[in-house]
Amino acid sequence: MTTAALSPTTISKAALFEAQAVKTSARRNRLLSLPALTIIGIFGVLPLVIICVYSFLAAAPYGGVQWHFSTDAYLNFLFQRDIFDDTLQFTPDFLIIYLRSFLFAVVTTVICLLLGFPTAYFMATRPPAQRNWWVLLITIPFWSNLLVRTLAIMFIIRDEGLINNALIGLGVIDKPITMLYTNFAIQLGLLYAFLPFMVLPLYSSLEKLDFRLIEAAYDLYATRRQVLWRVIIPLSKPGIIAGCLLVFIPALGAYVTPLILGGGVHLMIGDLIAQQFGSGRNWPLGCAQALILMAAVLVALFFYVRNTSGKVQHG
Amino acid sequence: MPEQPGKNAIEVRGVRKVFGTGENQVAALDTVSVSIRENEFFTLLGPSGCGKTTLLRLIAGFDFPTAGEILLHGQDIAPLPPFKRPVNTVFQSYALFPHMTVAQNIGFGLEMLGKPKAEIEGRVAQMLKLVKMEALKARRTSQISGGQQQRVALARALAPQPKVLLLDEPLSALDYKLRKEMQIELKRLQHETGITFIFVTHDQEEALTMSDRIAVMSAGKILQVGTPRDIYDRPAERFVADFIGETNFLPGTVVSKRAGVATVKFASNATISAGFPEGFDPTGEVTLVVRPEHADLVPDPAKGTIAGTLANIVYFGTDTHYHVKLDGGGENFIVRHQNSRSSPVTYATGVKVGIQFEEDAARVLKD
Repeated sequence: MTTAALSPTTISKAALFEAQAVKTSARRNRLLSLPALTIIGIFGVLPLVIICVYSFLAAAPYGGVQWHFSTDAYLNFLFQRDIFDDTLQFTPDFLIIYLRSFLFAVVTTVICLLLGFPTAYFMATRPPAQRNWWVLLITIPFWSNLLVRTLAIMFIIRDEGLINNALIGLGVIDKPITMLYTNFAIQLGLLYAFLPFMVLPLYSSLEKLDFRLIEAAYDLYATRRQVLWRVIIPLSKPGIIAGCLLVFIPALGAYVTPLILGGGVHLMIGDLIAQQFGSGRNWPLGCAQALILMAAVLVALFFYVRNTSGKVQHG
Repeated sequence: MPEQPGKNAIEVRGVRKVFGTGENQVAALDTVSVSIRENEFFTLLGPSGCGKTTLLRLIAGFDFPTAGEILLHGQDIAPLPPFKRPVNTVFQSYALFPHMTVAQNIGFGLEMLGKPKAEIEGRVAQMLKLVKMEALKARRTSQISGGQQQRVALARALAPQPKVLLLDEPLSALDYKLRKEMQIELKRLQHETGITFIFVTHDQEEALTMSDRIAVMSAGKILQVGTPRDIYDRPAERFVADFIGETNFLPGTVVSKRAGVATVKFASNATISAGFPEGFDPTGEVTLVVRPEHADLVPDPAKGTIAGTLANIVYFGTDTHYHVKLDGGGENFIVRHQNSRSSPVTYATGVKVGIQFEEDAARVLKD
């Protein structure tokens, strides 16, 4: 009798405690995430809003903006207003820079993937104790600033640089090969800067690969090539996706590398946008260019993720 | 025993496998030779680290022997990579491809062999039926139970119709009931497909119930090859007798011997004739082995070959174990008695009893 009478109260009490615990823990979680959310809000969302607003304002003659609505920035992206009759003329200059940047970023991503995959595979197949050393080696470039490292590349590839001097000294060539301030230099710099961002996610996904699956595939008459395409690559898809995103997006907006190694002659999007805020003194145009870049990346991302995740689903 | 070469599916000849280099060298297999007949359910049995899995991996082609030959139907396959051997493996972990469905897993081997699509589909359907997994063919391998994964792994390995199927402790991850079911299932599959099965296990009961022949391994060597009955009733070495089933060990002295039979005297002066394996010459102090079910209790201590005090009675349902503390000392002697509705005598602990041996029950073995 007593137990029967007692138990419902005990249960409801326990439930009450539990509900309270859930509520407090939810509140605590919200509190804990507050600092991060504040930082994201102030330094992530707010600047984006400002860029968005500025892109629809008119440029002030000495930099900054004038507070009246204008779509000139977006028009200027593709057209130029004729000084005399005020008509719009199609000028693809900016578009060409965008397309070139996309090309650079795509080539960078593809080559990083081709170089990074065997590297990551090699690392993942070392004995566990050795693997951390390899990861450490891959992260060594992060210990110094990208600007410094890019300058170092400059010293290696310039006309009187390490490579040319060595080749001339060996008698292979008698005139230095011009490498600095060319597309080649930009491409080399981008590859150098972003290769670790490809290797690390690939490694983390290959390291989790169950190598008994590879044995199973060999056992089932798969050749080495088939094992690679049918087992290893499909199973390391998360790493491939992450690595490609981590290389493609920053490569597209790269600023320091093309600036130094391209010598300001071969512009990429990052330099173009920076120019609008500096010598160009056209902040709205800079803002519009930044937003167009973002939109382009989002669209590319959407298709990329939709395609690759679709393939994972259907095996 | 000479074997006809044409009848052997696999012949392992003088195979050595050494891992490591320099001082860290470990011989996982120490000059092993064995012949496995066509259509046979052959089991490699031994404790972990005895080299049974190493031998299986050499036959599969995942490792290559340091020395020796492995013949498949008379042809040396030891240097071939795994994808060039008509041999498939069922892995202990199943190793199913997580990014493929059940049907895609089963069809993988045929696809890699470049079979036409229609043939693959037909064969996959046949395999799904064989392992009773038709209903789950479109599932991912992560969405099915352990027992079902086991069936898919079997179907996947059988689909390309290998000459030999290798099974690496495939039942060890299953619970007791499922394991019993799969043991019967495996026997059925072997019977229906007519493929030679090489089965690796450390479970002696599994080995005895399923195999046509068993090779007992220890420390990189094969100690004995024979039918389950051979291995159980006529173990060649003390290790084999000890590893398989329960065994009593009794010290004694050889007083005389003739072809295959020795007369052994106990400390109590009682004598018994005991068989011994070929190529073994027992002399002086020896150890006799007697299976617990090959001995019986008698109420009169004087009538037994040896005598002692009943120390413990353990009831197992199907049978009862009597632990007898022998008069001469040493380990307790265990007598197993099958229970029936009309057990003639009941014993109580503490009474003096005699132990009688059935004919040929005792054997003298190499230590």
